[in-house]
Amino acid sequence: MNAAFSRRTLLKAGAAGTLLLGFHLPMARAAIGTFEPNAFIRIAGDGTVTLVMPQVEMGQGTYTSISQILAEELDADWSLVTVAHAPPSDKLYGNPFFGIQVTGNSNSIRAFWDPLRKAGATARALLVQAAAQQWKVDAASCRAAKGEVFHDASGRKLGYGALAAAAGTQTPPENPPLKAVKDFTLVGQPLKRLDTAGKVNGTVKYGIDALPPGVKFASVTLSPVQGGKVVKVDDSKAKAMPGVRQVVVLDDVVAVVGDHTWVAKQGLAALEIEWDDGPNAKISSADVWNDLRAASQNKGAVAKEEGDADKALGDGERLDAAYEMPFLAHATMEPMNCVVHVTADGCEVWIGTQVMSRVQAEVAKALNLPAEKVIVHQHLLGGGFGRRLEPDMAVISARIAQQVATPLKVTWSREEDIRHDVYRPVYRDVISASLKDGKINGWTYRVTGSAVLARWFPPAYQKDIDIDGVDSAADIPYGIPNLRVEFVRKEPGVVTTGFWRGVGPNNNVFAIESFIDELAHKAGKDPVDFRVAHLDKTPRLKAAVQLAAQKSGWGEKLPARTARGISAQVAFGSFISTVVEAEVDSSGEVQLRRIVSAVDTGIPVNPDTIIAQLQGGLIFGLTAALFGEITIKNGRVEQSNFHDYRMLRINEVPPIEVHLIPSEEHPGGTGETGATAGPPALGNALYAATGIRLRRLPIDRDILAGKKPA
Amino acid sequence: MITLTINGESKQLDVTEDTPLLWALRDVLGMTGTKFGCGIAQCGACTVQVDGQAVRSCMLPVGAIGEGSKITTIEGIGATDAGARIQKAWLDLEVVQCGYCQSGQIMSASALLAATPQPDDKDIDAAMAGNICRCGTYVRIREAIKKAAGVA
Repeated sequence: MNAAFSRRTLLKAGAAGTLLLGFHLPMARAAIGTFEPNAFIRIAGDGTVTLVMPQVEMGQGTYTSISQILAEELDADWSLVTVAHAPPSDKLYGNPFFGIQVTGNSNSIRAFWDPLRKAGATARALLVQAAAQQWKVDAASCRAAKGEVFHDASGRKLGYGALAAAAGTQTPPENPPLKAVKDFTLVGQPLKRLDTAGKVNGTVKYGIDALPPGVKFASVTLSPVQGGKVVKVDDSKAKAMPGVRQVVVLDDVVAVVGDHTWVAKQGLAALEIEWDDGPNAKISSADVWNDLRAASQNKGAVAKEEGDADKALGDGERLDAAYEMPFLAHATMEPMNCVVHVTADGCEVWIGTQVMSRVQAEVAKALNLPAEKVIVHQHLLGGGFGRRLEPDMAVISARIAQQVATPLKVTWSREEDIRHDVYRPVYRDVISASLKDGKINGWTYRVTGSAVLARWFPPAYQKDIDIDGVDSAADIPYGIPNLRVEFVRKEPGVVTTGFWRGVGPNNNVFAIESFIDELAHKAGKDPVDFRVAHLDKTPRLKAAVQLAAQKSGWGEKLPARTARGISAQVAFGSFISTVVEAEVDSSGEVQLRRIVSAVDTGIPVNPDTIIAQLQGGLIFGLTAALFGEITIKNGRVEQSNFHDYRMLRINEVPPIEVHLIPSEEHPGGTGETGATAGPPALGNALYAATGIRLRRLPIDRDILAGKKPA
Repeated sequence: MITLTINGESKQLDVTEDTPLLWALRDVLGMTGTKFGCGIAQCGACTVQVDGQAVRSCMLPVGAIGEGSKITTIEGIGATDAGARIQKAWLDLEVVQCGYCQSGQIMSASALLAATPQPDDKDIDAAMAGNICRCGTYVRIREAIKKAAGVA
């Protein structure tokens, strides 16, 4: 066990299996007799089971779901299970989909399902072998259940704790038997979450809560224009303020260090900073859109081609449209922050991140240290949504902390957080289709926007195609005989773009599902019937569409300017259909009235968590559809806080029903699916209510009010 | 030196009077359960109770709080009847996701329940609209308040 691991934050079991948050417990080298069959499982002599989480907890419930999978195959006693954050290690905890330690793309359960089951089953087999050896019986005559091994013929049993030492000496089987789905007792159950008890009494620690001894507090400001540099700083007023300890001026960052964050923030406000705004100083949103629209005229790299789309477009009734999506900030409730202590021979980092090993590597690079000299203490995340897939906050904090003698907590103000995000890219999606005998005959789809993968994970960017950028488009679920899907890379330059909850499908599902709706209306078909007629090749989605329609009361009469809209998607391995019911008043204001989702996500590891993810994801996506847009003026992001980057609030959120469809298929992802499902269903509802088709997000209330053309 | 009564304990604080309670709690007293979200009373993550009223601690200078006032934070709310019922309902209905906003949500909800034992949807909207949840737990927050109140 390395040093980082030994100082991790532990979640500690309390009475009766209720998991309570522990403190930073010093965890000594694994005690002799502890059974560590792999990187995920530790069984101590007292029978307690510590499961080490390869994926991070940011609210999506993965600590509980991962534990359910491991404990299921291990046959652990759930009341004795505790979980621990993993240390940085691509080797031990690398995500099988990426090869590096990353939590994202709604793939924790999809990617780790098989390895976790195997890890649990292997450990169980070793415990059973140890018991059989002790009893001098055939292992096949023993069985395991709830943390004990039984030999029914002789009525003997031994607990896992008593077997731990001997289990460690057994030879692991190559292919331990996995349970049949029908034998699951933990997987499929709505077990209580392991991470929430301490979240209702203020005891859990997020990265922003770390308080190492002697810590000082910094408030930070980055160049208001990306690429800008500090010219000079007058810090005389700030330095005269009681409680202000130090002013740190770097190339592109200025920070004030104080006895607490407020005094640091006051000190920062008292600085007079002159910036050279650099090459982006004159760029505004109109320039970004002009460039994007021009780029979307170019032919793109072909991600998928079937039949002859160009010929088919001339054969039938043709429809053309273009959809546009804005920049979006993540606005996690926990603003960006990081605590760093740079010492003579190394560095410690306290953070909640989706990319543990990358934080370690990037901080090491910034400080010119070997990676092993950077100790990273993982924490819970106060929201991720893709923002914490970036290590920038750790690198900037480390550069500042390098100038400071004490541990330093650097906290971004909400304004800095929103203005220096890594934004969801702007996209333009150009679609053409032809209808023949009421069915889609030809289809071309060109997405133009950033290639986030090319920056974030270059090996995955091949042949000019961002596979995330065309995700849910190249594999469109509808049966279309002639189609072509293209990708055109266009980076905005003025800001950096990144992953945002729903990633590529967020853009593609909105454009495709809006356009499918347009085609249904052009064909004179009901939007549900039209989708169903094209879903023979995707029966799981067809069933979801039918269930969503049924549960939502599709077709039943509603008041004037009130309507339902539907969306259907295959994204992140899940099959989901959603109906949004909305009302539009004469001023164009939109009220959400009801949301119904039908979800086939394969084996539901924790059904209640899946429902929660859909509920929350729908609100996340609809927030963006109703309000979300980051705009640029003279290189600067114009929005700054929740008054001008709005969020849905409780009084604006309608009842949300989520219906799970039973399945024994491989589990799909759910964390991001709600975010992609909501916006097109809303847009389609608005069309049904008003006859106005909105092809840009966020929705434009002036268009809905008839004050300006669509 | 400023004296405050927090969760029934008297605390001495060596900060200027204009320091918001939020930062005094988090950075000076090490009481990190109260969260920073926006700094301008837009999100409610920093909500505490002063004499039973839900207030945004990010904009409440410590000098404006009377010495006789009783401050309750998330660390102490479980000792109140309303707070304990809200916490239990939150766990029973699995309201929480990332949890970062939930300290503030619970402080607002507990104040509501203490003042209005049988809140209806309008009461919940009025009391809770100042608390943003980015994970979108609103549907369950509403259910949990009703459960805690015994009206669901």
